[in-house]
Amino acid sequence: MNLTLKVWRQKDGQTPGRFETYEAKNVLEDMSFLEMLDVVNEELIERGQEPIAFDSDCREGICGMCSLVINGVPHGGHKGTATCQLHMRHFKDGQTITIEPWRAKAFPLLKDLIVNRSAFDRIIQAGGFVSVNTGGAPDGNALPVPKEAADRSMDAAACIGCGACVAACKNASAMLFVAAKVSHLNLLPQGHPEKDRRALAMVRQMDQEGFGACTVTGSCEAVCPKEISLSFIAKLNRDYGLAALKGK
Amino acid sequence: MALDSQIPSGPLAQKWDKHRFDLKLVNPANKRKFEVLVVGSGLAGASAAASLAELGYQVKCFCFQDSPRRAHSIAAQGGINAAKNYQNDGDSIYRLFYDTIKGGDFRAREANVYRLAQLSGNIIDQCVAQGVPFAREYGGLLANRSFGGAQVSRTFYARGQTGQQLLLGAYQALCRQVSLGGVQMFPRTEMLDLVVINGHAKGLIARDLVSGQITAHAGDAVVLATGGYGNVFFLSTNAKGSNATAIWRAYKRGAFLANPCYTQIHPTCIPVSGEHQSKLTLMSESLRNDGRVWVPKRKEDCAKPPGSIPESDRDYYLERKYPSFGNLAPRDISSRAAKEVCDEGRGVGPGGMGVYLDFADAIKRLGINVIRERYGNLFDMYEKITGENAYEVPMRIYPAVHYTMGGTWVDYNLMSTIPGLFVLGEANFSDHGANRLGASALMQGLADGYFIIPYTIGHYFVTSKQPKPSTSQPEFKQAQQQVEAQLNRLLSIRGKRTALSLHRELGKLLWEKCGMARNEAGLKQALARIPELREEFWKNLTVTGDSAGINQALEYANRVADYMEFAELMCLDALHRRESCGGHFREEFQTPDHEAQRDDEHFAYVAAWEYKGPGQAPVLHKEPLVYEEVHMSTRSYK
Repeated sequence: MNLTLKVWRQKDGQTPGRFETYEAKNVLEDMSFLEMLDVVNEELIERGQEPIAFDSDCREGICGMCSLVINGVPHGGHKGTATCQLHMRHFKDGQTITIEPWRAKAFPLLKDLIVNRSAFDRIIQAGGFVSVNTGGAPDGNALPVPKEAADRSMDAAACIGCGACVAACKNASAMLFVAAKVSHLNLLPQGHPEKDRRALAMVRQMDQEGFGACTVTGSCEAVCPKEISLSFIAKLNRDYGLAALKGK
Repeated sequence: MALDSQIPSGPLAQKWDKHRFDLKLVNPANKRKFEVLVVGSGLAGASAAASLAELGYQVKCFCFQDSPRRAHSIAAQGGINAAKNYQNDGDSIYRLFYDTIKGGDFRAREANVYRLAQLSGNIIDQCVAQGVPFAREYGGLLANRSFGGAQVSRTFYARGQTGQQLLLGAYQALCRQVSLGGVQMFPRTEMLDLVVINGHAKGLIARDLVSGQITAHAGDAVVLATGGYGNVFFLSTNAKGSNATAIWRAYKRGAFLANPCYTQIHPTCIPVSGEHQSKLTLMSESLRNDGRVWVPKRKEDCAKPPGSIPESDRDYYLERKYPSFGNLAPRDISSRAAKEVCDEGRGVGPGGMGVYLDFADAIKRLGINVIRERYGNLFDMYEKITGENAYEVPMRIYPAVHYTMGGTWVDYNLMSTIPGLFVLGEANFSDHGANRLGASALMQGLADGYFIIPYTIGHYFVTSKQPKPSTSQPEFKQAQQQVEAQLNRLLSIRGKRTALSLHRELGKLLWEKCGMARNEAGLKQALARIPELREEFWKNLTVTGDSAGINQALEYANRVADYMEFAELMCLDALHRRESCGGHFREEFQTPDHEAQRDDEHFAYVAAWEYKGPGQAPVLHKEPLVYEEVHMSTRSYK
């Protein structure tokens, strides 16, 4: 199939950007979306033009590095699918595809489709961990964890930190990301001692980074490549509220 | 220079304890005076950086990704082995040790592997304490599953995302140390050279991938945890960014490279679909617990829909050839068996390069829900890539490059031949011999980072007594100039071919001549062709843009430049090893029933290669493998 791409090009964070149009010819339906861009980039390099800069690494939907808004939807709008796992069989011959970066104040643009997501790292640094040093851990079976708790914790822990939730949100809120990490750890007995501190510190950091507030529209859940449930936001609100009431 | 593996004396089971006592300690108040540079933030790098900072060392950690959480350890699916014997099925430290040594086809160092098995239990305890949500039984205790090459159930897992969860555990420990000031993190920063002063590793040169700036970093020791070199083959299951640059540049500074020809071809990957393919996707080995591997008995049936081929016309070749391990035969053996049936013309799918992995029997026996719970995410991933529903039609799989057992030579302390340069995880060569068993990579990365380097690095500081390095020393200036000169050279060629097209050509050559099966003639052809290709690279490459700011084409070309050299050493090593062992299968050396034939008399050694300068042949050093405890038997899974 042949496609027309409208791609956001921007030299760096200081220079204004614009859409450029490219033709993608002879695209096969077995190609992944990023492989289609690889082919376009090869042609650009051969013509001496700068290739389109975009992030990707594992290309199997787990590292969270890829980050494209495709036709207005982060990761392209296929349920539970990251950009790198989106395949061209979902597109039609002759279609025009718009490709943009994540747009959010807390994710400053670096080049073309690449943004800086270090704000997520700083949120984890604020409290997204269990304070145990290496060594001295009790036997793995010393503390039984109910299967339901482990499973639910795992549902939240599946977050890949890609930031699609922020890109989809009209307020650029990071609530789903924060809720996933707080829930992952707070649901487990190992995370319990720091439950209150964690919820308060991570929310505080999220606010400081410039992410917006949550109005529970659910657009984050809709685009999440790992289908992290909106109900974790309810859990975060509860954990945060309880911690605040305790005055911690 | 003679290789000294520093293996402690005494009985195998007591070596590590004895060694820990013999290692010198750094006073707690003095630890903050030492600075450690950790390159890589995967399981080995993140666990090392966090653990060293917890002890009080000042740590700088570098990764090329935008966040340390993205390192490729994250993609490991199936699980992590540990000799906990929670299942009461006869497991023990000795059994895990023996399985690993045997799985490595008796080409790994006995003392290292025993230590790895000893530490395996601590890793599970540590990860549980960090909040890793391992799979649990209804009673709340940890669940286990089986993996290839073992007859006990000792693999711990978190759905099909075990690597992700273990990495997030290490990443969270790392983040905690960043917030406490023990670790300074440098994301989007790539190491491009090692700085050696007075024979000791004392720093590195890195490129800030955002600003393009070349920066020098001095430290009292350098730890490389930069993963494997599988991407030399172009197509592999590695992440696109995974590369060999750090260990290759260290090699050129004097760190010997060991056994580069030992590469693991994983039997269960999604087959290649065309020229455009940028990477291959693994389907976890855990699928072989319930999936049955088969091809049609007759060539004529290959194009038929699999459902229409009756049982009697199917060849479940792994069950037929290896009745006691069946579909759970180790990776190297399963991969070769798949190649064999495809070479016979009995492969399925486009180009005949695939075999079936069929879940119909398991679904009949256990119900679709059990299969969905066990492997749901893998079936989903398969459907996304191929557009096929594996609950209804069998998966098609084919072997692909997955892991590299070779790497920088290290002694028992994980120190390379350059004092002060430590190498951990997949980047070193030490524990898996000629073939790695499933669910052992995570174990090794974390053992190295959490439980070995924190002990051994202090001993180096106390005993080496080197002056504090400074980036104003001439060695830093010289290395920095060299890095800048290479980048400028790449940019100034302005030829006709892209780095990708040259890399793809190199990869194809290696896959054909130095892949699942190798022979003398093929390796010699590759050794003749690689220098030509390298010459073309340096004459006809085109890289757009300049070295300021983000330039992904330049980053990539710089990595390919190293593959062009690495490939040659890999083939040279494969050519010199005139035997078959594990993942290294030389067609000339096989048993009458096509199994690998080792030559213990001549090749029971680690081949460590020393760089001698551009255009010079590398020099081979041999570290004999001495087995005090186990008998080097013929590896059989029949």
